[in-house]
Amino acid sequence: MNEYNFAYLDEQTKRMIRRAILKGLAVPGYQVPFASREMPMPYGWGTGGVQISAATLTPEDTFKVIDQGADDTTNAVSIRKFFEITAGVETTEETKKATVIQTRHRIPEAKLREDQIIVYQVPIPEPLRFLEPRETETRKMHSLEEYGLMHVKLYEDISQHGAISTAYAYPVKVSGRYVMDPSPIPKFDNPKLEMDAIQLFGAGREQRIYAVPPHTEVVSLDFEDYPFEATKADHPCDLCGAEDSYLDEVILDDTGNRMFVCSDTDYCRSRRAAGHVGRLAGEGAA
Amino acid sequence: MTPLLQVKGIGKRYGAQIGCADVSFDLYPGEVMGIVGESGSGKSTLLNCLAGHLAPDAGQVIFDTRADGPEDTVNMSEPERRMLRRTDWAFVHQNARDGLRMSVSAGGNIGERLMAVGDRHYGAIRDRAIDWLGRVEISETRVDDRPTTFSGGMQQRLQIARNLVTSPRLVFMDEPTGGLDVSVQARLLDLLRGLVRELGLSAIIVTHDLAVARLLAHRLMVMKEGHMIEAGLTDQVLDDPQHAYTQLLVSSVLQV
Repeated sequence: MNEYNFAYLDEQTKRMIRRAILKGLAVPGYQVPFASREMPMPYGWGTGGVQISAATLTPEDTFKVIDQGADDTTNAVSIRKFFEITAGVETTEETKKATVIQTRHRIPEAKLREDQIIVYQVPIPEPLRFLEPRETETRKMHSLEEYGLMHVKLYEDISQHGAISTAYAYPVKVSGRYVMDPSPIPKFDNPKLEMDAIQLFGAGREQRIYAVPPHTEVVSLDFEDYPFEATKADHPCDLCGAEDSYLDEVILDDTGNRMFVCSDTDYCRSRRAAGHVGRLAGEGAA
Repeated sequence: MTPLLQVKGIGKRYGAQIGCADVSFDLYPGEVMGIVGESGSGKSTLLNCLAGHLAPDAGQVIFDTRADGPEDTVNMSEPERRMLRRTDWAFVHQNARDGLRMSVSAGGNIGERLMAVGDRHYGAIRDRAIDWLGRVEISETRVDDRPTTFSGGMQQRLQIARNLVTSPRLVFMDEPTGGLDVSVQARLLDLLRGLVRELGLSAIIVTHDLAVARLLAHRLMVMKEGHMIEAGLTDQVLDDPQHAYTQLLVSSVLQV
């Protein structure tokens, strides 16, 4: 523990990141450039999120990391360990106990509170990138609020698939101004983006930080005749029977058997502990 | 009548090199102006200055806007100019690939300008896209195909549809028929002529092909080394050229 400065980064770097975070909070949805540091993990593993977490954590915080909703996958375990070693903060798998939650690709099912901060790992922060490769041009489009192109993408979806097929990283308009990529969360989570907690987004490789303050209006883009729909697998969880949570599909064998389980492991576990039982819960499949 | 576009003393230099110098003219609603001249005579520079792609060093480009009447587009704020560019103005590039999004379907290409000005009804956008495909003689069945699968002539017609869908009042065209074979050129010219007349468009067409100018343009301007050397009614300039260079230009056209 003593070998590292608290939470790995040096104090000057943390100040720089905090300034970017504050600016991001002041201008919701605006991508603030920051001097992203080399972190002891590869790009794509959450270097942006880790830097924000490092700048946000205090010794009194309780830290939780989820990867696709799960607390026990490689990415989640390694980042949790990283902060156990470098910051010595308490860690938890329970959403309710955590004060800082770093997440990859999900928002927890449990409603977040005002005293919590959720940190997203973002691969490509620019929602317009796939249609407009020039950074100079996308910046100009943001500053002049020219977002017609975003709807061209949705138009293409409908013309090719008959419905808006974008299922994750679904573009949103924040506070009536900036169009923002909510990181690759499923669009099922989009309605939850209007929440009580502070939301911070970090893209390490792309060197951008953006934020959504609590109680901020977040609207998913759509067409009048093809309105936004938050979709999930039409199935209850096979372990805890929940019908309101986002599900992962697990192939069980080669004869077509499959199960659906909550992607949020903490939510599923707490429901089972409270006595809820799903279709396959007795078979020890988990 | 107020001119739609008043160009006053436009000049653009590239260092010591003159791009174009002291060009002035008026364009009235419904009028098509041709700009001819050899390569390097400043035609494209002039067109890009007028269309706001390049900032001219001198002069004014006064456009009769729908809301506020005549306004100088050179000193206009950038958001206003960009707004003009996707509503009242259109720009047809010589190479269709410069003006199209090649990774987006034909329908999406046409719909982009509609969505850019706030259209948010998929069905309505698609109907207008299909309507415009018909007007430029592209089959409705190609609406979901990407322009990469289109021939050169079709790409050019798609580009024209994409530009005209928001009913612009002024169209800038940079060699719209360049690089197309003669029969496709003839069809495209026919189409353009029909659209210009039907929609009452004003247009500025840059070309080095005198036949294109003869067919489309009401008035003609001849440029050489960045300067306007002769201007007048198209037939007058082509049939009775006054300046030595124009005489050379007219006499250089091969008669088949």
